[in-house]
Amino acid sequence: MLTNFAALEVGQHLYWQIGNIRLHGQVFLTSWILLGALLVFISLGTKKMENDPKGLQNLLEFLWDYIRDLARTQIGEKVYRDWMPFIGTLFLFVFVSNWGGALIPWRLIKLPSGELGAPTADINTTIALALLVSLSYFYAGLSNKGWRYFEYYVHPTPIMLPFKILEDFTKPLSLSFRLFGNILADELVVGVLVFLVPLILPIPVMFLGLFTSAIQALIFATLAAYYIGEAVEEHH
Amino acid sequence: MLAFNFFGATEGGLFDINATLPLMAIQVVALTYILNSLFFKPVGNVVEKREKFVSNNIIEAKNKLSEVKKLEADLLTQLQSARTEAQRIVSEAENESDKLYKEALELANNEANASKEKARLEIENQTSAARDQLSKQADDLSKLIVNRLILEK
Repeated sequence: MLTNFAALEVGQHLYWQIGNIRLHGQVFLTSWILLGALLVFISLGTKKMENDPKGLQNLLEFLWDYIRDLARTQIGEKVYRDWMPFIGTLFLFVFVSNWGGALIPWRLIKLPSGELGAPTADINTTIALALLVSLSYFYAGLSNKGWRYFEYYVHPTPIMLPFKILEDFTKPLSLSFRLFGNILADELVVGVLVFLVPLILPIPVMFLGLFTSAIQALIFATLAAYYIGEAVEEHH
Repeated sequence: MLAFNFFGATEGGLFDINATLPLMAIQVVALTYILNSLFFKPVGNVVEKREKFVSNNIIEAKNKLSEVKKLEADLLTQLQSARTEAQRIVSEAENESDKLYKEALELANNEANASKEKARLEIENQTSAARDQLSKQADDLSKLIVNRLILEK
């Protein structure tokens, strides 16, 4: 049984060696394919912008509006404009990665080691995203309020100080592991089911996986926006 | 295989953190700039331009509506005043004609009365004149009769 599980190739990577550094090649390959598709899609949609939106432009405007609402409700009217591209990029990147990983039959492409899949099922990607969120909310707080940002740590009472400091570590940890765990678990469940019962049975789980993937993208973007909003919020 | 690779073997594993992390971070930051110039800015410009256009039109329409309402109210008051004015003129004219009618009636009455009185006086005069003449003639006649009677004797 263990060898059967191993056929899923959990924790195997396609290593690229560049000088002294080692990279997970399969993560970059899938992310480049998916981001390339995203950029092509977006360039097609914004090629001919009209005042009466048609076709793709309509869809992109809906997406833009959705992201703006998300950023505006979490960050607030005053500074949401500065952070909307970042929040939107997080949302689009995670969404495209999750869905791309779930929808495209990557397993048909054989690699010498490891296998192609959602870039967000690799811990490096999710930690990178989570650390970017951490840097962003620190930067947002400091650039908006200067040193007064640190009042946030003692805000209702100084008793909160240790918890707020702890939060700075738990935020990126929970962000990265939530996304990583959900997407990896989804891939594993689908992989195991496909391995055990190749017909029909995996399909509902695949739909569930699509649902989870979309929700995870929304959660990641919303939490990132919420953390930034928390950092720029005025307490007085 | 799985059991060995699951947690941090030196080669591979689920939690194998390496240079993929910073490179992926750089890639996402680059993607943010690319998407900002390809997607967020142009779409935002179009959407916000349209939103401004729509809200401007709404404001303009509201202004026009209030103007129309003001004009309507203006016209209504004008109509009202014109109506009262017309009523006033009509009632004035009625009063005038009434007065004129009464005056004419009175004048006619007076005239009629005067001519009636004049006629009556004339008749009276003529009657008295005729009576006088009659009594004078009777006197003359009686004198004549008396004279004849006296003369015959």
